[in-house]
Amino acid sequence: MKDVIEGRVWTLGRDVDTDGIISGKYLTIIDPQELKKHVFEIALPEFAKEAQPGDIIVADENFGSGSSREHAPQAMKAIGVGAIVADSFARIFFRNAINLGLPTVEARGVRAIFEKGDTARLEMRAGRITNLRTQRSVTFPPLPPHLLSLLDAGGLVEKVRVELAARKAASAPP
Amino acid sequence: MTRSNGHGLTLAEKVLARAAGTERVVPGEIVEGNVDLAMMHEQGAQTVAPFHQMGAEKVWDTDRVVIAIDHWVPASTEGAAVLHRILRKFAAETNLPHFYDVGQHGICHQILAENGWVVPGDLAVGTDSHTNMLGAMGAVAAGIGPTEMAAVLALGRLWLKVPPTVQIRVHGAMGPGVTAKDLVLRILGEIKTTGATYKSVEFTGPAIRALSMPERFTICNMTTEMGAKCGMVAPDQTTFDYLAPIAKHAMHPMTPDADAEYERVVDIDLDGMPPMVACPYSPDNVRPLPEVAREHIKVDQVFLGSCTNARIEDLREGAALMKGHQVAKGVRFIVSPASTKIYDQCLKEGIIQTFTDAGAVFTNSSCSACFGGNMGILAPDEVCASSSNRNFPGRMGAKEARIYLMSPAATVAAAIRGEVVDHRELL
Repeated sequence: MKDVIEGRVWTLGRDVDTDGIISGKYLTIIDPQELKKHVFEIALPEFAKEAQPGDIIVADENFGSGSSREHAPQAMKAIGVGAIVADSFARIFFRNAINLGLPTVEARGVRAIFEKGDTARLEMRAGRITNLRTQRSVTFPPLPPHLLSLLDAGGLVEKVRVELAARKAASAPP
Repeated sequence: MTRSNGHGLTLAEKVLARAAGTERVVPGEIVEGNVDLAMMHEQGAQTVAPFHQMGAEKVWDTDRVVIAIDHWVPASTEGAAVLHRILRKFAAETNLPHFYDVGQHGICHQILAENGWVVPGDLAVGTDSHTNMLGAMGAVAAGIGPTEMAAVLALGRLWLKVPPTVQIRVHGAMGPGVTAKDLVLRILGEIKTTGATYKSVEFTGPAIRALSMPERFTICNMTTEMGAKCGMVAPDQTTFDYLAPIAKHAMHPMTPDADAEYERVVDIDLDGMPPMVACPYSPDNVRPLPEVAREHIKVDQVFLGSCTNARIEDLREGAALMKGHQVAKGVRFIVSPASTKIYDQCLKEGIIQTFTDAGAVFTNSSCSACFGGNMGILAPDEVCASSSNRNFPGRMGAKEARIYLMSPAATVAAAIRGEVVDHRELL
């Protein structure tokens, strides 16, 4: 994971739920490339067509509330979203996004300092996000080391793969 | 938060300390917990690829994994058929015997409950957000995503941030026609959808002790709508009586310490509380049902179903009210039991006949209309009265459709009158 992430900002309001991110009718889709065509269809309809890899999502409180569907962060990852920053997150969405290796941080007051199309500079370890147009910034407690190490590994799959491989090597006969 | 010693532990802290193999845990601390039960539904199909990518060769404990398909049963689309096939193949390859396939199926949380898969003291995780329901057993039960489930299947554990606890103390008694659903809606109206985000909700008080297990399932189920990691009721004789004939593994009953530290305490008095309804477009947009009924909101569809409220007790209550009435002209009334076992009970008790005689559709058990992806989908501008748990835009189909959440009895009354109505008028 990069320590400093810069990207163009998309803004969203509060309580964006997972139905608003990926509607129930698309839940049988498992190909992320197909899924990404429908991301934010209800909450932000122009996003799927216009978003570019590296774009940053800035949302208000309780982002990703509702279901456990990993389709929601998966679709964002398939688009190439650089980071997701919100005033607060719903818990399963937050875990899913981190587990997929998507830089996801809670920064109180972040939504208020951005407008759509601004450029954000996100410092993951320093715990600061800055609007490069207005130079306004908010600080946040950096993610705990456990979660930073998950993101550094590239997500949970990679982290467990390394652990299982190490276990196997340790138990193998010399 | 500093709390090195001196204070007692909340129920969630006790269960998580056991899972982590330590004496005590502190809110905010990240612990690795051993999992007692892992449940997958269709979303588990997305667990298979990461499981293999991790290099995992076997499941940590095949007697601690349950697969219960419920969203599209039997498969209603080709996509769903593929998900089911992926799960069947995975279960065969990894020797997972506890697969509730078409014919034994039911909503995954009901399958766990009625078969005793989650018991007091357990740490249980499932790929559905309403896994919180099983906290009614005195367990920590939480929803996780499919990639995380892959790690659980491989390692038998997961990381958890110990949540602070919100204690909800409930006093008084519910009047006629007032149910556990009204209680949980009332709480949602008070603490809102972010009221317990990342937190544990612990229900306590004399009125909670008086609740049956099905009623406890309903209130714990909707702690998900409060944002909670888990919702719990400390086990008591009601719990033990329910589980005694069915428990699948050893219980570790725990109760919170009298000097436990709560982040917030909410007092709810049931005396005089009217039935409640959650209006569009959020489960916390809660108003007294008699007040909403005065607006004469016409309904196009009524749904009595979902993991929140489709147990035999709910359907018996609904059928008793339905008897002697007809579904209003122009209204579609869908009744979906929470499991095949409940379906069979309804068949034996004549409940199916009561509903179909009245002009309702009594369906096979599944998540049904609740999530807008299988059946009972709403067109733009349609209105639905529902016993389910969410009414976000687009939840049951078109994003303009409006969903009113209420108790099972209130849905039946809405089906009879063709509008949102205070069902106590029909009692």
